[in-house]
This record gives sequence, C-alpha cells and structure tokens, in this order.
Amino acid sequence: MSATINIEGASLSYGGEGGLLALADASLSVNRGEFVAVVGPSGCGKSSLLKLVSGLYPALKGSVKVNGEAVTGPLKIVGMAFQNPVMLPWRTTIENVLLPLEVVEPHRGQFRRRKKEYRGWAEALLETVGLAGFGDKNPWELSGGMQQRASLCRALIHKPDLLLLDEPFAALDAFTREELWDVMQALWQEHKFTVVLVTHDLREAVYLADQVHVVSNRPGRIIHTRHVTLARPRTLESTYEPDFVALVQELRNHISEARQAA
Amino acid sequence: MKKVFSRGVLAPWIATLILFAIWEASVWVFDVEEFILPSPTATFGALIEFWGPIWFNAFQTLFTTVTGFLIAIVFGFVLGVAVGASALLYQALYPLLIGFNSIPKVAVVPILVLWFGIGTVPAIITAFLISFFPIVVNVATGIATLEPELKEVLRSLGARRLDILRKVGIPRAMPYFFASLKIAITLAFVGSVIAETVAANSGIGHLMLQASSSFRVPLVFAGLLVIAFLGIMMYAIAAVIERRFTGWATRGAAGNEYATGG
Repeated sequence: MSATINIEGASLSYGGEGGLLALADASLSVNRGEFVAVVGPSGCGKSSLLKLVSGLYPALKGSVKVNGEAVTGPLKIVGMAFQNPVMLPWRTTIENVLLPLEVVEPHRGQFRRRKKEYRGWAEALLETVGLAGFGDKNPWELSGGMQQRASLCRALIHKPDLLLLDEPFAALDAFTREELWDVMQALWQEHKFTVVLVTHDLREAVYLADQVHVVSNRPGRIIHTRHVTLARPRTLESTYEPDFVALVQELRNHISEARQAA
Repeated sequence: MKKVFSRGVLAPWIATLILFAIWEASVWVFDVEEFILPSPTATFGALIEFWGPIWFNAFQTLFTTVTGFLIAIVFGFVLGVAVGASALLYQALYPLLIGFNSIPKVAVVPILVLWFGIGTVPAIITAFLISFFPIVVNVATGIATLEPELKEVLRSLGARRLDILRKVGIPRAMPYFFASLKIAITLAFVGSVIAETVAANSGIGHLMLQASSSFRVPLVFAGLLVIAFLGIMMYAIAAVIERRFTGWATRGAAGNEYATGG
C-alpha cells in the first residue's frame, strides 16, 4: 500500500497567527507510490511542508489531505527520517529500529507476543541497508552513515505507506551519500511506498525522484515542478550523462531565480 | 595500562594517609591539647576502645539514613518526573521547592519531635527531607531538557505523551537521576546526624553529643570518622549502580574501566 497527498493553498507559521510565516499558499499533490523531491534555498520552508504532511504542525490556512482525509494529527502510516539520525543511545541499534512497533497500533499491543517475528523484520531490513550483524551494537559505536542507515530502517519497520525524509543524507560525506541513494532507490523499488524527500542537493533530487518541486524563498510556495523521466534504476554513471546534467542545470537556474526573488 | 589503573586505585588511599600524617604532625609540632584537637592516633585509639557502642550507634545511623534515603528516592523520582513532564507543574511547584529547600533542616527537627517524639522517626524524616531535593531537580532537568528531535521521532508515529515519557524522557533522565543519588546519599547522612544530635537516644550523632559533653573529644572525632566512612561507602555503592545502568551516557568508557578493574 502507499498513500496520496493533496495540499491545497496551505500556510504554516510558527508562533501562531502573526508569527513567522514559513509557508504561504503552497499546493502540492503526490500520487500513490510516487517519489517526490522538494528542493529550495535554505530556510525556505521545505521542512515545514513535511511537518504539515506528518501532522506534527497544523496548517494555518488551506487543506492538507493524505489518502483523501484531512490531516488533524500525527499519522501512524508515516515513517520519518531526519538529517540527524536521532538514535536513542541507551538502546542497541536493533532496539532503536524496533521502536515504532512499540508505539504504533496494531503492533504495540502484540509487541511482546510477536517480538521474535519483529526482530526478524528488523534484521531483514538491516541486512538490506548493509547493516547485517550490527543490530546488537550500540548506535554510538556506528559511523554517521551507518546510523543514518539504521534510522532509515526505523522509518520503515512498521511498513509505512508514506515515507517523509527531511534531508536525511545532508550530513554525510559524498561517497556515503551516493551509496545511500542507491539503498534508498532499492528500498523504494521493492516496497513502492510514497516518498517525499526534502533536500538541497539537486543531484540527489534528480537521482531519486519522479517529480522535483522547487520552493521559493520564505514564505515558501512551489514555483516550479519538473518531471524526471530518466530510466530506473538510475546509476551513479548516469549522473554524468547529458540528460541528467541538463536537468540539474535547469533546476539550478530555478533555485537562483528563487533566491533572487527575495 | 595495568600500571596506570593501579595508580588510580592507590591515589585516594595515599591522599588520605598524607592528610592523616599532616594532622598527626601538626598536633605534635604545635603541641595541641587533646580536648581541642585529638591526633589521629588518639582518635583511632578511641575508635578501638569504644568499638561496641560505636558499632551499635553506627548501625542505627546507617539504618535511619538509608531508610530516609530510600523514601527520598521514590518521592524525589516521582515528583521529578511530574515536574519535568509538565511545564505547568514546573512553574507551580518550583518556587515552593526552592523555598522548602532553603529552610535549615535543623529548625524542623524540634517540630518533628513534637509530632513523633524523640527517636528514630525524626531522624528518618530529616534524612528524607534534606535529600529529596537534588533528586527532584535532577530528574526534572533530565526530562525537561529532552531534545525536540527525540520527541518528534515519537510524535510523528502518533505516540502519546505517556509513551514519550516512558520511551524517551525517563531513560534519558537516568544519568541525571543517578548523579543526584550520589549527592543525596551524603546529604541524607547530614540529615540523620543533625536529628540525632538534637533529639535521639541512639545513633552516631547522639554518641558524639554524649562524648563531647563529657569531654571525650577523641571519641567525638572517632564518630566523625565513622560518618565519613559510611558516607564514602554509600557513595561508592551509588557510583557502581550508576555505571551499571547508564554506561551509555559515557559511551561505554566507564564500562571499560570497570571491566579492566575486575
């Protein structure tokens, strides 16, 4: 299963009405199973878009719908990963991955009974991201890239229909980041959940997404949408081909406009 | 490695011996009368001579201290969690707690004697009253300073406030809690000995009061040594428990040291 998203004319401000306006009249729709990237200058309200969709913050104006229903609070069909892996240091890596199952229905009620099975899920996920055998390590014994892999597993363990990624690869070195693009692409092709990826890395956006939305300077609104029709699975070699480079170039120009508009 | 470690173990003993040596030499050089400042040898002499009553009274003090301390742990932890988890309770109770903690506990003992009579109960209550405050403050701080990201990981899954407290808040506050136990246990000794000197029929404080009124000053000092020794022992126990349960907070460093020690 995967989810659809419809945002219409949504505004979001921190500190209520009259506060800092992060999003103004933003509209965005995402189809079932689509991989969408949102790019824009820093501080433009990209992350606020995710907060709206996840239900962590309510919209000031406009409507936010997931699967056709208005979002009024956090959704259990959502998995999230952030720039910071945010592992709980007192839990082992696998216990961190299992955390959502302890919280989300219907798993929380069955957690004790099905713990063995759930650990199996976690181990399988850890294996697909290249962390087989690291489950019993403490998260602070892992490198930043490994922690981010584990954090992806945590976002996916409860089989969410919708994955929200808030610059999850931004703090990693270039090689690890590109490695994780492939991990992400493989996970998505296997499970076909809907993904919204917020990033400021245009190559990353083009590499992973079906559609790239460009957000203007604060207060953010979507000023440009670009379909990416490159064949899948995309490879690192393909990022040096003219089609790919031209797309990145085009998006780059839109970002420049967005920055100058301010 | 081994040599460094054994030096670390020897250091406190050597420092203590040096202190006693300076003390002994000063008494000898300046020819101080025994009823003003007895030498360490005289003090240890008294310790051996009055071993029976010292042992009996030390046990009484240890009992009242530990009982008061245990009550303080339970009460302090529960109140700390409540105050840390609720901003409203924090604001409501903090001034009260500060005010209460500012009251010299020696002024409270006569009231306790009025209520409970002379004996064990006022000593237990005084130990409790003086030692719960650091526990409350530390636990509350540990919970109130929770990183917003840790909270959002759980909130995005639709976790309830109680879930967040149980899965993240309390585990994260544990290092603060154990740190406060080390302060609280030494304060608990102060509390019970204060109460014993004012109103009790037994305990080290009572013994010291008796001894000083009959000018057996070496015995008074022997009492001080016994209290100091008990305090160090209880502190050490608290420290071992702390390392056991919150090794993650020091990223395993303390655990390693512990392992080489064994």
